[in-house]
Amino acid sequence: MSSKTLYDKIWDAHLVTQRDDGTALIYIDRHLIHEVTSPQAFEGLRLAGRKPWRADANFATPDHNIPTTAAERRAGIDGILDPISKIQVTTLGDNCNEFGILEMNMNDIRQGIVHVVGPEQGATLPGMTIVCGDSHTSTHGALGALAHGIGTSEVEHVLATQCLMAKKAKNMLVRVDGELPDGVTAKDIVLAIIGKIGTAGGTGYTIEFGGDAIMALSIEGRMTVCNMAIEAGARAGLIAVDQSTIDYIKGRPFAPKGELWDQAVEAWLGLHSDKEALFDKVVELSAAEIEPQVTWGTSPEMVVSVNGSIPDPAQEQDPSRRESILQALKYMGLKGGSAIKEIKLDTIFIGSCTNSRIEDLRAAAKVVEGKKVAETIELAMVVPGSGLVKKQAEEEGLDKIFIDAGLEWREPGCSMCLAMNADQLGNGKHCASTSNRNFEGRQGFGGRTHLVSPAMAAAAAIHGHFVDVREL
Amino acid sequence: MKKFSTEKGVVLPLNRANVDTDFIIPKQFLKSIKRTGFGPNLFDEHRYLDKGEPDADNSARPLNKEFVMNQPRYAGASVLLARENFGCGSSREHAPWALDDYGFRAILAPSFADIFFNNCFKNGLLPIVLNKAVIDDLFVEVEATEGYQLEIDLDAQVVRKPTGEEIPFEVDQFRKHCLLNGLDDIGLTLEDSAAITAFETTWRTKSPWYFTLSN
Repeated sequence: MSSKTLYDKIWDAHLVTQRDDGTALIYIDRHLIHEVTSPQAFEGLRLAGRKPWRADANFATPDHNIPTTAAERRAGIDGILDPISKIQVTTLGDNCNEFGILEMNMNDIRQGIVHVVGPEQGATLPGMTIVCGDSHTSTHGALGALAHGIGTSEVEHVLATQCLMAKKAKNMLVRVDGELPDGVTAKDIVLAIIGKIGTAGGTGYTIEFGGDAIMALSIEGRMTVCNMAIEAGARAGLIAVDQSTIDYIKGRPFAPKGELWDQAVEAWLGLHSDKEALFDKVVELSAAEIEPQVTWGTSPEMVVSVNGSIPDPAQEQDPSRRESILQALKYMGLKGGSAIKEIKLDTIFIGSCTNSRIEDLRAAAKVVEGKKVAETIELAMVVPGSGLVKKQAEEEGLDKIFIDAGLEWREPGCSMCLAMNADQLGNGKHCASTSNRNFEGRQGFGGRTHLVSPAMAAAAAIHGHFVDVREL
Repeated sequence: MKKFSTEKGVVLPLNRANVDTDFIIPKQFLKSIKRTGFGPNLFDEHRYLDKGEPDADNSARPLNKEFVMNQPRYAGASVLLARENFGCGSSREHAPWALDDYGFRAILAPSFADIFFNNCFKNGLLPIVLNKAVIDDLFVEVEATEGYQLEIDLDAQVVRKPTGEEIPFEVDQFRKHCLLNGLDDIGLTLEDSAAITAFETTWRTKSPWYFTLSN
């Protein structure tokens, strides 16, 4: 048998049929659902008189536009002030009830960002195919699953057929070797990767992240890396299964138990690329050379070290890239050539499916403990990724550390990562954000996003500007 | 799904790389539970000077005269000429819905983001990848000639210029077949129901741990 990559193995195991031109039907084990990209799909089912192929493969939770203040959450869905958001969250509940789909609803303690909740509940398992009408579904690849975002037509297709019509992508290996310096995190690794290969570098590929620096990351850190595979253009990012993966899953509510667990583990431990497996492209980075990263522009590839400077468009030879830099600088209100540490910040956002898990909150709390948010910071908020993350953080006293330092402690949801709820970055305001996209208007109309790790965002909150977290 | 055979129309040049789906349709419009009505908010943050809201009267909003779409010469455009990595970012299908609702039928670019590219075909919208040099030339020609039109002939797989010159393009043959005939993916897949059931039965025996969510 020829050598296979991890992606090859999972693809082959799920292949139902394949046409001569390569178009395949791939069986989907898990379909995650949230309120924004599903209503039209359920409506499509109803109009065609169809039912879900296998209702118990689906798992839903509202996250994108639910409120994050305790006051607005108290009265449940009826208490959502934005009437259009309220309809969308209500519609998800109605659809799940009608079609017999498990939902972690808004006031269930298990509710949260779908990409935090899936792994947390054991609804994400190694070797699965997982899809969701959300591009950050790539997150689940951290557990050795093949997971990627789909559009709403495909959501309907998966509901109706349990399959996805797809063509196989190419294989890319991004290998990060060496030891990561203290203060440099999974977020910095993935931003550095995007800086190196660009936002279209992974287009047409499934990226496997490997190398000892990747395998040394915790599962939560691996999720941060896979989460942003899509920001490098790759629909799916994944990482081999090892003992850390198994330890993470063991005992989670929907993970197999008893004898089934032992059988599953035996199968899962084979979920890695074979030694001789061929990749269409290999990219290598040295962990020791990665510094804390900060984005300065309007695309995640516009990223430099915290000790670096914003590029000077006059120095850029390529006219199309020069134009992009000019457009980004204009939107961001920044000058080419100036230092990253000189950027004045107004807002701090710690949260999102990239960085809202317990380890992220611990890292941020460690930096702000016993200190105060700078007076120039108008709003600093921490939004845990799920009700259970929030509970865990409160048991550890992290909420008090944040509140004492002057940060707001919120209810779980996507929040200011995409600002579909009331948590919006102000026009012209600069935000140090642990989220994943710095696109124009992403965090709010006219808002200016700088993507960083949780520790870097926390340090920026204290100083009012970016500082190298390693120097604290 | 809407059929696509040939489309001849005015070309709108959007001279900007890495146009993301937040740019195409901002998040506040994603609260809709419908598939239609997104056209007036296509490129909202660049098309208007103020912030758009889902229930606003768009006809009363101040237009950004500098944005290419608001120039009268491009009114009624149905072919979008774009740059590298068009449609990157969020998987929102509201992006192709907005383009379709506005009246676009085809998009020409040197490259597209994967999820967006895929979503287009589900909505009768044809994304065409052309060589960067060809796209560069088209930008020059479109901007130089008011009322510049292109004809997209899917069956022949060519883009026809006003001079009659033809630019060939590649398209996945299965997707071409679906577009030409307006075929619904779900209906096609359900023709393979027996194969799906057979796969599922075997898979459930081999990997029962993937079927435990109902427990």
